[in-house]
Amino acid sequence: MNFFTLFGRYFILMGRVFSRPEKTKIYVKQIIREIEVLGLNSVGIVIIISVFIGAVITLQTRYNLESSWIPLYLIGLTARDTLLLEFSSTMVGLILAGKVGSNIASEIGTMRITEQIDALEMMGINSASYLILPKIIAAMLFNPFLTLISMFVGLIGGWLAVVLTGALPSSDYIFGIQYLFVPFYVTYALVKTVVYAFIITSVPAFYGYNVQGGALEVGRSSTRGVVYSSILILLADLIITQLMLA
Amino acid sequence: MIKVENLVKIFNGVKVLEDISVDFEKGKTNLVIGRSGSGKTVFMKCIVGLLEADEGAVFYDNRDFVSMNFMERKQIRREIGMLFQGSALFDSLTVEENVMFPLNMFSNMTPGEKLERTNSCLRRVDLADINKLYPGELSGGMKKRVAIARAIVENPRYLFCDEPNSGLDPKTALVIDDLISEITHEFDITTVINTHDMNSVMEIGEKVVFIHDGRKGWEGTREEILDTADENLNDFVFASNFAKKIKALTT
Repeated sequence: MNFFTLFGRYFILMGRVFSRPEKTKIYVKQIIREIEVLGLNSVGIVIIISVFIGAVITLQTRYNLESSWIPLYLIGLTARDTLLLEFSSTMVGLILAGKVGSNIASEIGTMRITEQIDALEMMGINSASYLILPKIIAAMLFNPFLTLISMFVGLIGGWLAVVLTGALPSSDYIFGIQYLFVPFYVTYALVKTVVYAFIITSVPAFYGYNVQGGALEVGRSSTRGVVYSSILILLADLIITQLMLA
Repeated sequence: MIKVENLVKIFNGVKVLEDISVDFEKGKTNLVIGRSGSGKTVFMKCIVGLLEADEGAVFYDNRDFVSMNFMERKQIRREIGMLFQGSALFDSLTVEENVMFPLNMFSNMTPGEKLERTNSCLRRVDLADINKLYPGELSGGMKKRVAIARAIVENPRYLFCDEPNSGLDPKTALVIDDLISEITHEFDITTVINTHDMNSVMEIGEKVVFIHDGRKGWEGTREEILDTADENLNDFVFASNFAKKIKALTT
């Protein structure tokens, strides 16, 4: 399938996804369910990864700034800005593309090959909208909270590293993470997160929805979904950065 | 009644269905038979609109299905119940939720009325006390019966069954056949069944259509099928050694 065909089919599917729901009440229930499956179930991995990355960023910055000319609080500032500008949105986005994206592609792909999607269509239900729209809305609503959690926990991770290794005084780190704070960086990270949430859910859903064949194809579609959503996240990162920070 | 006229389906330049015309009668179990790969499932999917036919027309009680728009088709589909080969129950829902699903999506019934309707459909397929089980906890025969209950929960006018006996032992297959036949007569609906099971043909086939290599090879009743001169149909009907011996004994 060439690029333009793929692109066209993706937008046709999105057209069906964003059509009027059959029964709003059922969709709201589905959104709440998806917030639990896609969002709440990802809190643990986001916390674990953010703590360690926060700690590693702080320590690496410390060992790369071995100069008496550079004040130590800049290590806290660097760790904070790295987390806010890139890690908590983009890195977490890439991690979620793997976890959530493969989940979505395999779930929808399995429904396709076991004719559950055909069963929905036969009932007169817009299967694309029923299956995909709640996932997109749930991720776009909840992922910004995951990003905020990642920022907060990442900074705590950095502080723990400072305290446990004695790499720099804790007071310098705490001063650094407050120094020259730009609130717009948080807005920028949240905007990126919302765009990533759309990519993370819609791209794997597209690959899952169009599966043909058996279990092997479901696995392949899951892999494709994760790979392409990861590439699109990086592309979106570049475009949004140019638009918002340049 | 469902009327199919000159249906053609082409995949990658190959004609999978070629000019099939047939009437499926109301209140009867209409069986579409043929070997695996003959085009039965494609034929059924074209009739219900899961695949788009390249040529031809399908009329549901004189309503032209092929020329309908998306919303009109959705409306017709609410009059159709379909039993899929693998049952196609939703894994994440319980038996009760599966059967109740179409009611939740479309009906304005109260929760109590929906539950009563669900239970009555489950009782109709001889399933009780399994409301809270998940599809993964059911046997193949039970899954088929739950799928039948779901298919009839909205009182359909048309019932389509794709290989309802696949993967079932002969006794359970007989139960499913009888159930579909009883429901067809009880609710006076138009039922179309895809099968390659000759037991089903002899048991419930009030009208039989034989498809061979994407074409309609023969049409008749179960009584006529044993005396047919159609070579391909004879090969299909008397494919097993057991059937050949029976035929030899009776002729």
